[in-house]
Amino acid sequence: MSILVNKDTRLLVQGITGKHGSFHTGQAIEYGTNVVGGVVPGKGGTKSSHGVPIFNTVREAMAATGANATSIYVPPPFAADAILEAIDAEVPVIITITEGIPVRDMVPVQKALEASNSRLVGPNCPGVITPGECKIGIMPGHIHLPGKIGVLSRSGTLTYEAVGQLTALNIGQSTCVGIGGDPIIGTKFVDVVKLFGEDPDTIGFIMIGEIGGSAEEEGAAWIKANLGTSKPIVGFIAGQTAPPGRRMGHAGAIVSGGQGTAQGKMDAMTDAGITVVQSPSDMGTAMVRLLEERGLLAEARA
Amino acid sequence: MNVHEHQGKEILRRFGVATPRGKVAFSVDEAVAGAEELGGEVWVVKAQIHAGGRGKGGGVKLARSIEEVRAHANEILGMTLVTHQTGPAGKLVQRLYVEEGCDIARELYVGVLLDRANGRVVIMASTEGGMDIEEVAAHSPEKIHKVWIDPAIGFAAFQARQLAFALGLTDKVQQRSAAKFFRGLYDAYVECDCSMAEINPLVVTGAGDVMALDAKLNFDSNALYRHPDILAMRDLSEEDPSEVEAGKHGLSFIKLDGSIGCLVNGAGLAMATMDTIKLYGAEPANFLDVGGGATAEKVASAFGIITSDPAVKAIFVNIFGGIMKCDVIAEGVIAAVTTTGLDVPLIVRLQGTNADRGKALLAESGLNIIAVNTMAEGAEAAVAATKG
Repeated sequence: MSILVNKDTRLLVQGITGKHGSFHTGQAIEYGTNVVGGVVPGKGGTKSSHGVPIFNTVREAMAATGANATSIYVPPPFAADAILEAIDAEVPVIITITEGIPVRDMVPVQKALEASNSRLVGPNCPGVITPGECKIGIMPGHIHLPGKIGVLSRSGTLTYEAVGQLTALNIGQSTCVGIGGDPIIGTKFVDVVKLFGEDPDTIGFIMIGEIGGSAEEEGAAWIKANLGTSKPIVGFIAGQTAPPGRRMGHAGAIVSGGQGTAQGKMDAMTDAGITVVQSPSDMGTAMVRLLEERGLLAEARA
Repeated sequence: MNVHEHQGKEILRRFGVATPRGKVAFSVDEAVAGAEELGGEVWVVKAQIHAGGRGKGGGVKLARSIEEVRAHANEILGMTLVTHQTGPAGKLVQRLYVEEGCDIARELYVGVLLDRANGRVVIMASTEGGMDIEEVAAHSPEKIHKVWIDPAIGFAAFQARQLAFALGLTDKVQQRSAAKFFRGLYDAYVECDCSMAEINPLVVTGAGDVMALDAKLNFDSNALYRHPDILAMRDLSEEDPSEVEAGKHGLSFIKLDGSIGCLVNGAGLAMATMDTIKLYGAEPANFLDVGGGATAEKVASAFGIITSDPAVKAIFVNIFGGIMKCDVIAEGVIAAVTTTGLDVPLIVRLQGTNADRGKALLAESGLNIIAVNTMAEGAEAAVAATKG
């Protein structure tokens, strides 16, 4: 009952010996994620501090471990190359946590992805978690509860906010995906919307957008055309008060030339039948209300 | 990161992009000396600030004699230039660019940026030079011609021809001049890690040459580590001092006009916090993301920056601890308040990792802190505090 990752995920960590890679690998293993190998060029044949075997290349690691996903914590100047290596090795799911990759480096990555069967999540994202089964990324595992509501967001802590609200209301999550706030990202808003829409075990989801670009509008259009109101969906857009022309932290979070405004996104979502909340504190309660109205609350809490 | 027009043109010239000749000047005498060195009979004296609309604001003036160069330089240097991009406060002009005059036959537009829809670099050209491209896009999108660059192929010769023909640059001299210009501009965009390169206007001279009359370059801040020469062009006096200070501490900070200071972890949550404050009827004084790995020191410096703004009437700390532990944040807040003191109400919301320990620390500190459990409660309390 999940998307992208589950209990059968066999994970590699590229950059497993770095500060972030090492710390978050420990957290992932503690959560129960099956980490089968690490990749650090030049350290092949050794083991990480967690006892995970290290390989020189992703291809070697794939051959030896049968991995089906990788997470990337490689520093920004080398991260795009690490993604290209994972695509070359045909890793099905590539989750890139690294923040600060130059956009120029991501342009060829985007091109390589189009010709591959790999799915990239990120970069500059918190990662993906299927509660109780598999945690890939930097989110705190303990706030999650296994269940049937999906959470999708461009941002990290705002994802935790939604998860925290749901868990406090005893509503578990199927999978929580942070897609990242960079101008070029592998998995877009609409891609995750489709995955949640088509996942029979995700009975509803929260989608959290922010100003800039048109990703939320595309997601809303897909929902309008394919889902209608068959699944309860709650939406929120961050940055309603952000001044135009200023980049709000995320490289992609900018309203320019009247494009990418919060109001335009909220209108598109409302038009698609999504329940849009004005206050981020209402995401959880709005979902409970929707589930109750449609007689799904018991199932969501099962 | 932005640079001045004269710096942008200096970069573009390295890539073979044609521009008028010019001299940068920090004083009236330097402007006059620059004009004399350039020679000729007509000069343009241009204010150098990081904002568009300089001409309409009176920051660009034509001079037909050296005396006029001196008079214009005297007038423009030191003036506070207000344009649609500077805000009502305007910007102080601290440097000038004196350029040779140019025989303008036509004014066009060309810009290079990333198309987020497909992850490709796009070159946009329009016959509507001198106009805001966003306005052209809104009212007559058919006048904008675009070519997208495949990273595996690069900027193809036929694409340069397409753009030139679309701009009506049809004769041989113009075609060659335009193709060289577009290629140089694209190369500069890619090689220098620009996030935008805009030439508005791009002019065609009476002799058929294609030239950049203005140049606006923006750079991807994540890539500046490989361009120390461009980083050296940064003019800190063009930026908000508190934003510069925040940058030194690794904080993402944007100064706003409201009365409630915000200290938040994560860009999305920081925006959401601002939105919530607005919902309760007040305005945020800033956007501040302390980042994922904030330390007690980072929190303390964030506090210093927020409290240095006299407009701040209350502070709302909104933390959802993930990797960042709430007790560490609480320690930072307590340290900042005890060392620097605090004259305004402080509202703190801690959630997530070690939230209980953090709340206990705040309660034990004996400091006058309003502890709340949700973002909405925090915003409500902060707004009430500013009105109380």
